[in-house]
Amino acid sequence: MSIAVYDREVSFQEIYQSVEKKAHYQKLITLVSIGAILLYFVFSIIQFDLGSISRKWSPERASRLFLDTYAHKDHVVMNWKDTSKISVNFEGDYRYQYPSFPEWLERIGDGKDIAILTFNSGSKAIFRDDKIIFEQSKSEDRKFIFGIGNNGKPYAEAYDNDGNEKDLPNWIRVTESKVEVRPSLYERIQIYKRKVEVHRYEFGWKYFWFDFFSPLKDYSLPEALSLIFSNERIEPDKTNFELVFSEISDNEQWMHGTVLFSILETLLMAVLGTLLASLLGLPLAFLAAYNITPFKFVRFSLRRLFDMLRGIDMIIWCLIFVRSFGPGLFTGIFAIAFTDTGTLGKLMSEAIENADNKQQEGVKSTGASTILQHRFGIIPQIMPVFISQSLYYLESNTRGAVILGAMGAGGIGLQLLGAIRTGNDFENVGYMAVLIVLLVTVMDQMSAFLRRFLIGIEKN
Amino acid sequence: MSQNAITIESLEENLKVLARQRAIYSVLFIGAIIFIVVSGVGVANQYNAGSFTRGVENFFDYPADLFSDAFEAGWGWFGIVLSFIPALFETFSAAVFSTVVGASIALILCPLATINLSPNQVTVQIVRRTFDILRSFPELVFALILLYLMGKSIVPAIIAVTLHTIGAMGKLFSEAIENIDMKPVDGLKSVGARWYQIICFAVYPQVLPLVLSYSLLRLEINVRASTILGFVGAGGIGAYLTASLQWRYGDEVLAIMFLLVATITALDYFSSYVRHKLIGKISA
Repeated sequence: MSIAVYDREVSFQEIYQSVEKKAHYQKLITLVSIGAILLYFVFSIIQFDLGSISRKWSPERASRLFLDTYAHKDHVVMNWKDTSKISVNFEGDYRYQYPSFPEWLERIGDGKDIAILTFNSGSKAIFRDDKIIFEQSKSEDRKFIFGIGNNGKPYAEAYDNDGNEKDLPNWIRVTESKVEVRPSLYERIQIYKRKVEVHRYEFGWKYFWFDFFSPLKDYSLPEALSLIFSNERIEPDKTNFELVFSEISDNEQWMHGTVLFSILETLLMAVLGTLLASLLGLPLAFLAAYNITPFKFVRFSLRRLFDMLRGIDMIIWCLIFVRSFGPGLFTGIFAIAFTDTGTLGKLMSEAIENADNKQQEGVKSTGASTILQHRFGIIPQIMPVFISQSLYYLESNTRGAVILGAMGAGGIGLQLLGAIRTGNDFENVGYMAVLIVLLVTVMDQMSAFLRRFLIGIEKN
Repeated sequence: MSQNAITIESLEENLKVLARQRAIYSVLFIGAIIFIVVSGVGVANQYNAGSFTRGVENFFDYPADLFSDAFEAGWGWFGIVLSFIPALFETFSAAVFSTVVGASIALILCPLATINLSPNQVTVQIVRRTFDILRSFPELVFALILLYLMGKSIVPAIIAVTLHTIGAMGKLFSEAIENIDMKPVDGLKSVGARWYQIICFAVYPQVLPLVLSYSLLRLEINVRASTILGFVGAGGIGAYLTASLQWRYGDEVLAIMFLLVATITALDYFSSYVRHKLIGKISA
């Protein structure tokens, strides 16, 4: 006996067509959604005026800033009025004037040339009474002359090997009051009406361990460390050990002591904030779970408290606390603790409610009191969730603490904000950015390690 | 020693030793926590500009100020709330834009960062390290530098948030892709599909619900982030908040706070609702 499943025969052709129709339909949906996203991009580009980036963004300025983060420069300044004096300053700061010429600047003084400056690339700038001769070491071996003309305006001339005058290359810009010469990122010559200023860049962070005024400024770090073990004192009233470490931490340009202390402050903010949140959140979570607390009113009000703590953002808590505690660590600690008490409380109370009640019943059957039932019936079940969540929050709070710092809670965020706002210490910005990335990475790794160690979840 | 040697006495002895060990560990752990809290609070109190006790006393002063200012404004306060909605919309759409762009770029890059799909292992390492760097670099640092370079507008905030989003989402997506069912991939390979076809028709359909739910979660984070960046100069509602705070217009501060809390809470509920729906779809 056969049963007719279909009223009519369904041919292969029909099934094929229906499948194909469906596929077409799905394809259409995909295309429409991709089209919608693209349309949204166009709309946003107009709305945010993203085209204005190209107008505001100057790659030259950006590359100069970037250069500042990993290189240092020396300024050589000569006044046209008094060419006998050439001053050489580190980073152009008048306080950091070299007492004698460095090895790349040679004083000649034969009546014609005053001094010869050699750049890293081998190019030379020859200082003369009325002009600067710049000789490029590149294959073309071209020669440039910059100076002040009879009309008092700066000029620039270019010559080839045979002494014929040529057109100026595009890295020389001549304006009414200034000639700006930038043959490469590491070389820069500016000719003004009154003076000439040459910047000579070199790779690396100079005076990183010992600052310009330090008695140890000519020592490298290993040399300085080996000094600790020698008997001769450099400063009579200090041991070498004290001297080396106080010079490093009091470094005027890099401020190692302050920066490291700010890093510790940020860390402390994150750790204490998270710790307080978990210490407060766990008991409150118990009070807010329906299988623990019979009082509906308590549960309801705690739930709303969690919602409030969580819903008001960390930054807003920070703004409120900054008024009462002043700018400092407490602001950050409490901002983190308040927000995360809400989040952890909500998460943990849900975890407690979802806990298996068989274990609790088992403990109850041995005649244990209610507190012991919770201790041995529920806590072991929620502990892994609690620990891993707390560690996740510690991780994200390290990031958060940097940002809170910039908003008034102190720490490395504030230092960074200050360094960027002043705008001429970009090597410090680079240094602090590296430290922040290191801090975040170390905290990530540590929390992952602790999670594995405490909970023992193996992940392959 | 044979197995029969285990007696109740020896078991109890073992249990006692274990219990003692656990007790020692617990005491050490609690001691460490107390040490961190006490010494940390000590250090914090020493270097805080204000003092702890005075802070606790004054804690309610500022909220009280805000509310009394708002109360004085009367019904006009709701007008103030409405007047900040365009700024809120600017911040919100910046967050949406950076989430969409970041998620799209992460989605395009992440097949390259998964071991089971990537054309070669060098690419995997390069793309993964790029994600790591983008993720651990706080967006604040990047935004501050861009703000310095490009002047005050919301564009630096968008770029900074987008870059961070690419890092964070790229990691999540590539982990999701690592755990997909490989059968569709093998099926497509067996009929001679190209690499991009495999990605489009075997990989993306499997992770799409997860991608959408992560993106919603990320949107919430990005709204907060762009508010903060506005606070340091990137425009939007954060910029108005700075101004109102500095001028001490309590009613405006409260209005902005109210808007922010309302937006974030609404997003929170919306995203958890959609995520439950999507995840229900996955398990069904």
